[in-house]
Amino acid sequence: MGSLFRSEEVCLAQLFLQSASAYSCISELGERGLLEFRDLNPKVSPFQRRFVGEVRRCEEMEKTFTFLQQELRAAGRLPAPCPESPRAPAAREALRVQEQSEQLAQELREVSRSRSSLRDRLRDLRQHLHVLREGQRFTSLPVGPGVPAGLGREPILDPSLHHHLDRKINFVAGVIHPWRVTAFERLLWRACRGYLVASFVEMPEPMEDPATGESITWVIFLISYWGEQIGQKIRKISNCFHCQVYGYPESEASRTEAITRLHGQIQELSTLEETEKYLAEVLDKVAQVLPTWRVQVQKMKAIYLVLNQCSFDVTKKCLIAEVWCPVRDLTQVQDALRQGSVSGSCFVQRVPTTESPPTLIRTNKFTAGFQSIVDAYGVASYQEVNPAPYAIITFPFIFAIMFGDVGHGLLMFLFALWMVLYEDSPRLRQGTNEIWLTFFEGRYLILLMGAFSIYTGFIYNECFSKATAIFPSAWSVATMANHSSWSSAYLATHPSLTLDPNVTGVFQGPYPFGIDPIWSLATNHLNFLNSFKMKMSVVLGIVHMGFGVMLGVFNHVHFQQRHRLVLEFLPEMIFLLALFGYLVFLIFYKWIKFSAADSRVAPSILIHFIDMFLFTSNAENLPLYPGQVPVQMVLVVLALASVPVLLLGTPLYQWCRQRAPRTVRPRAVGGFMGITRRGIQHDFAEIFMHQAIHTIEYCLGCVSNTASYLRLWALSLAHAQLSEVLWSMVMRNGFVGLSYVGGVVLVPVFAAFAVLTVAILLVMEGLSAFLHALRLHWVEFQNKFYVGAGYKLCPFAFAPDTWE
Amino acid sequence: MTAHSFALPLVLCSAFWGLVGIAAPWFVPKGPNRGVIITMLVTTAVCCYLFWLIAILAQANPLFGPQLKNETIWGGRFLWE
Repeated sequence: MGSLFRSEEVCLAQLFLQSASAYSCISELGERGLLEFRDLNPKVSPFQRRFVGEVRRCEEMEKTFTFLQQELRAAGRLPAPCPESPRAPAAREALRVQEQSEQLAQELREVSRSRSSLRDRLRDLRQHLHVLREGQRFTSLPVGPGVPAGLGREPILDPSLHHHLDRKINFVAGVIHPWRVTAFERLLWRACRGYLVASFVEMPEPMEDPATGESITWVIFLISYWGEQIGQKIRKISNCFHCQVYGYPESEASRTEAITRLHGQIQELSTLEETEKYLAEVLDKVAQVLPTWRVQVQKMKAIYLVLNQCSFDVTKKCLIAEVWCPVRDLTQVQDALRQGSVSGSCFVQRVPTTESPPTLIRTNKFTAGFQSIVDAYGVASYQEVNPAPYAIITFPFIFAIMFGDVGHGLLMFLFALWMVLYEDSPRLRQGTNEIWLTFFEGRYLILLMGAFSIYTGFIYNECFSKATAIFPSAWSVATMANHSSWSSAYLATHPSLTLDPNVTGVFQGPYPFGIDPIWSLATNHLNFLNSFKMKMSVVLGIVHMGFGVMLGVFNHVHFQQRHRLVLEFLPEMIFLLALFGYLVFLIFYKWIKFSAADSRVAPSILIHFIDMFLFTSNAENLPLYPGQVPVQMVLVVLALASVPVLLLGTPLYQWCRQRAPRTVRPRAVGGFMGITRRGIQHDFAEIFMHQAIHTIEYCLGCVSNTASYLRLWALSLAHAQLSEVLWSMVMRNGFVGLSYVGGVVLVPVFAAFAVLTVAILLVMEGLSAFLHALRLHWVEFQNKFYVGAGYKLCPFAFAPDTWE
Repeated sequence: MTAHSFALPLVLCSAFWGLVGIAAPWFVPKGPNRGVIITMLVTTAVCCYLFWLIAILAQANPLFGPQLKNETIWGGRFLWE
């Protein structure tokens, strides 16, 4: 198992790189992703570093790429992702890439510009053409006292204008945005008071708005007016409304001539087509090479950033890099350096250090999920015991205790199974929804959670809140009825009766697998289940915590602190077992020794436990076994005696070791306490303080954490009650009618039941149980042995390209 | 309704989880994941066996019986048995 049990051995190493082959060596190392580089120039600002010029060049190229990318996206093309990952380019190739990209960008800019100007011109011409054509409709009819017939709106005409007819009529024609027509008309009427005739008609085809680019059906207006000042007013108003005004010739003939001229001009703009084709070609070329270039330049920039972190040894003309390297991979690093360098002159050398190396835990796709939930609380300190391999099973198990239901567990299991079986499908992997990605990352976790929930569901005997009678129930109603002569008349007068296990034949042995199904029919089922679940929570909690304390042994042994085995582990274990291990014993003893015969005088474990601490006794509470009181006294004294050992043992031991004359073998004491070689009083105070805090935390924690495990009971009760409510208040209503109508009614009732089951019981309760299981692991379990003060090894590796 | 022995389920379940937790680890093929798989098997066996054991022990000597509604008793008495 190696790596998952505790983090790998990581050493500090120095790489000696020839200046000439430094780039290719780092490129090779980046491809393999083994080492974490340390910054040897922390005080140098980014602008003063050695390779800042190259980094700037890369950034310029990236700017060009961004521009090209935007152009591609504007044209509606998606660049294809890079098929295989290209390596970082050498200097000459990089230069070529830069030149080509700039050339392409330049071409693209020119072509786009010419294309847009051509399109503008074309649009202008076509608008003018339309204005003239539509205007013909109004002006080709004789201007008379009658209303000129026009399509669309009715012109505004004041009958009192008759006597103005002999004046010269001028025209203003143009195009206006359809939304502004009403306001335009109103303003014209108010300003010019009827000294004009305005007609509006919609353009036959929609055209592009130059400002926004969307296709709008413009409205052509033709205003005929009398008088110079009116004309000026009209033109000012048209300017305000951003109308495009075109010249409207007076006579018929000049208008037809203008139309023919426009037609000719439009024909000339056939070059627009060629421009479009050329643009498409350029875009194709860009789309082809852009992905590869992007990856190459990203890698190049990353390599130069790493090279900036190396220190330049001018005398030897080589670069020195300091790296954290997993010991297992040292040969691979040497291999990579040999490949990257021309003459094999680069090499790696291990360097001793007193600093704490980063933590590296190698995971596969299955263990990664569990390791991440452990890391979320705190990354393991260097080479301390990793709780993840145990969390693989205990986390889903503790979740399942709070979630136990066969039906819900099955649904969860099937959902996770679907995700696991189709995990390679690109559709699932490339989802962008963050919540979906979270579920997908934890698919193995959910799979195990569902599987264990099915198991605990069978033990709790709950399947969508209904009990299943896989084995026949052990309680016999008939025997009880016969014994107490429960006739139908008797039953009618007594709404509820209890089965008495004291009567022979009523209780016939424990149900072989799980909880007896008769309890789901009983009205006092919570009395029994609460007692069962509370005791179960306490027992499992104490076992979990004891396991946590035992894991600390591995840490003590590994870090060569065997004194802590006697001075810390032993008192901790004694405290836990003497008090809470004894509680577990009492629980099991009462289950085995006391039966219905002595149900009236059955002792209360809780009262015994409290009396144990207070050294008192209660006359009504019979002892569980003879000699209980002295046994308990001994245990409490033992537990109390272990507290000062825990408090003072380790500090005194270390103090004595420092005081004693040092022998010739100086041992490197790595790990938690950072003891200096000189025994100063100041250090001892700190150690003592640390140990006091640890002792208080541990002793008080034992009590409070045991109680904290009662959340297992609380949440499983909540889940059971919720699913029972959902069944009795939603699903049962679908069974009211046993006719065909009832069958039809059942469908929407089931739909409601299904939706509520998934939303409330699966999602909400699932998240709640997940959270509490997480809390139990992070706090109650891990504070018995886990420090979690490390930092992860982040190897320099070329990240897979994320294409936004 | 029917008598259940206590010894038979105890033996069977102990045997089953003993197989999973003690015997199966010997047969895990050698590979990089051997340690993880053995840990998983042992942890599963311990957890599941303990959980089942608590459930059966809690019911082995009940101190009180179920309180049933009269309709349930009538159904159980006259329809089932």
